Amino acid sequence: MAETPVLEVEDLAKTFDVSRPWLQRVLAGEGRRTLRAVDGVSFDIPKGTTLSLVGESGCGKSTVARLVVGLYRPSRGRVLFEGVELERARAVAEQRRRMQMIFQDPYASLNPRWRVKDIVAEPIRAFGLVKGAAEQQEMVGRLLTQVGLSPADGEKFPHEFSGGQRQRISIARALSSNPDFLVCDEPTSALDVSVQAQILNLMKDLQQRLGLTYLFISHNLSVVRQVSDRIGVMYLGRLVELSPAETLFTAPRHPYTRALMEAIPDLDMTGRQRIPVGGEVPSPIDPPSGCPFHPRCPLANDRCKAERPALLPARGTPESLTACHAVEEGRDPPPRPAGMDQRMGTTATAL
Amino acid sequence: MAPLLEVRDLRVEFPTRRGTLTALDGVSFDIAPGEVLGMVGESGAGKSMTGAAIIGLLEPPGRIAGGEIRLNGKRIDNLPYEQMRRIRGREIGAIFQDPLTTLNPLYTVGRQLVETIQSNLGLDAAEARRRAVHWLEQVGIPAAAQRVDSYPHEFSGGMRQRVVIALALCAEPKLIVADEPTTALDVSIQAQVITLLKGLARDKGTSMMLVTHDMGVIAETADRVAVMYAGRIAEIGPVREVVKHPKHPYTRGLMASIPPLDRRVEKLAQIDGSMPRLSAIPPGCAFNPRCPEVFGRCRVERPVLLEAGGTRAACWLYDPASEKRAPEAMRHG
Ligand SMILES: Nc1ncnc2c1ncn2[C@@H]1O[C@H](COP(=O)(O)OP(=O)(O)OP(=O)(O)O)[C@@H](O)[C@H]1O
Ligand SMILES: Nc1ncnc2c1ncn2[C@@H]1O[C@H](COP(=O)(O)OP(=O)(O)OP(=O)(O)O)[C@@H](O)[C@H]1O
Ligand code: SF4
Ligand code: SF4
Ligand SMILES: [Mg+2]
Ligand SMILES: [Mg+2]
Repeated sequence: MAETPVLEVEDLAKTFDVSRPWLQRVLAGEGRRTLRAVDGVSFDIPKGTTLSLVGESGCGKSTVARLVVGLYRPSRGRVLFEGVELERARAVAEQRRRMQMIFQDPYASLNPRWRVKDIVAEPIRAFGLVKGAAEQQEMVGRLLTQVGLSPADGEKFPHEFSGGQRQRISIARALSSNPDFLVCDEPTSALDVSVQAQILNLMKDLQQRLGLTYLFISHNLSVVRQVSDRIGVMYLGRLVELSPAETLFTAPRHPYTRALMEAIPDLDMTGRQRIPVGGEVPSPIDPPSGCPFHPRCPLANDRCKAERPALLPARGTPESLTACHAVEEGRDPPPRPAGMDQRMGTTATAL
Repeated sequence: MAPLLEVRDLRVEFPTRRGTLTALDGVSFDIAPGEVLGMVGESGAGKSMTGAAIIGLLEPPGRIAGGEIRLNGKRIDNLPYEQMRRIRGREIGAIFQDPLTTLNPLYTVGRQLVETIQSNLGLDAAEARRRAVHWLEQVGIPAAAQRVDSYPHEFSGGMRQRVVIALALCAEPKLIVADEPTTALDVSIQAQVITLLKGLARDKGTSMMLVTHDMGVIAETADRVAVMYAGRIAEIGPVREVVKHPKHPYTRGLMASIPPLDRRVEKLAQIDGSMPRLSAIPPGCAFNPRCPEVFGRCRVERPVLLEAGGTRAACWLYDPASEKRAPEAMRHG
């Protein structure tokens, strides 16, 4: 029998009220406005594996992250942690210890008045993980060393560190409670590639040795390729493709995924054209009808404008779940590896 | 052409209870009009500090303890606060690494843009608002006209970052100091922002110091690149040379750590060990404890920038007088 996944997310949705203040609204004669940050997302993450979320800025990745660790309450749908409703699981301290989050914004998540050693030790203390002060100090020192800082750095305050050093402090803090499930929202974006490699190697090592499970969020697709077992591509609050990592890079199926792959920077300076996804980025306050990608999609037709596509196994690569009528109908061009598919990004009008 | 920005022998110190830390030590470079200088290097190496020194916003107790900074030939490192503040808005635009420090959480993004535009360009409110929406569109904020009245916390991380970029650009400065401007952005918006920045450099002659960890962005945008390590410049040269044929052992390690896009590797290459703390920078070459090529002289004498075939590298392997020379393979990248 299959093991219960560490995380199961079912039809998760989150809306925000983004109405203007009452007076302004009345003067302008407009109603309340809601923004659907996440709109019906489902996935699960088996133990010891990594699921990554990628997608346009503002598509709802961090909102999903905050929902799955209980920082936001869902507007709809549910989250199960090892088969238990999240809210029930989080009522138990031991379960809270087991799930931690590395925030996208390390500045905002570190208390500026605390010394780094206290920041890192806080979960250790809260969950009573060590006995004496000496043991705690040793553990903090070890955690700081693991992320490329030194035990002596524990005496300093967050403002005495560079951006990447602060990000490493928040990683050390997240690791300090020995979590089993870690949500990493852009964990290495502030790090140089060499420290990034150290952190990613550390995360991989922890996964291999201790079976950690990760929900990983990054804009850096090379990093995503290195760490993921599966990758979910989000667009305007929805999952448009959910595929094994290798398949996503060798045979991306959803037109948005394909366009995204063409926009990756060209490090090799081959002169490859970098094609931004064409068209206007739509507003989540007023999302397009049917398939939310249709105003920008070269394959869009009338059905796409009317009917929201469901996430289904793709023709030819059934291991990829894809929400696209063209893929379902078999009228999409044959898939090609990332960076070799110049024709899919070419509705270019944005620039 | 005379450089727009000249940084000479810049030294920044932090007096602390445990003694004075030297965060930048002998940093020199120029930026020509319309040129983009990329700046990369170890996290904590002093990239943001260099930017902060240029725009006159070093966080106390940090202070410039030596060297000079010139904009258009005029010294700007010793100006009184008020005078520097005016230069900062009008002539130097800054994009900070941390969007939250730039944005005031209490004001809508529109109000912040309008105020910046009005105070720097002296436009009336209606025109300033029109421009505010224009700049939000330029940086790819969807439905800019609707969202101009949102507060920063109502935006995603990447959207806030784009507002910060719009704030830096809206006063049309000659020099932009951009610290990780595209890190929080997805690749598509990133491409759009990079195109925008490159367009400003090309069409308006705007110069830029671009700090980023993203080598792809560097490769696409920068004309030259400076690589920093432990408060010093380790290597500087044309972008193609530095990225494709790095000469300094640190730069070589750095470039080797870039995760590949076209395949998955078991373990990423990394440079073992970590950068020394500012209070414990080793004598000689700061990279010597981690350097695979280290030899006698490296532990005693601090290397200066030397001609290294295409770039300049602060490494004794490129001194004809050294007992050890760069292996053939390294010299030709
Ligand atoms: N507290 C909030 N109030 C109102 N709107 C919000 C709030 N938090 C997020 N949003 C909106 O929800 C959408 C999704 O935001 P989210 O932070 O999840 O995006 P993201 O995918 O993480 O983007 P990025 O890659 O830029 O970090 C955005 O349009 C954002 O403006
Ligand atoms: N207020 C301070 N007091 C003491 N040291 C500081 C202070 N601010 C920064 N530093 C130190 O100065 C050094 C340079 O920091 P800087 O922010 O310039 O690094 P950076 O190269 O921008 O790194 P990153 O890539 O991580 O942003 C770091 O080692 C940091 O620890
Ligand atoms: S459903 Fe239609 S509009 Fe949407 S991605 Fe597929 S082809 Fe394009
Ligand atoms: S000077 Fe010596 S230690 Fe420093 S980088 Fe060159 S070879 Fe390595
Ligand atoms: Mg986010
Ligand atoms: Mg920095």
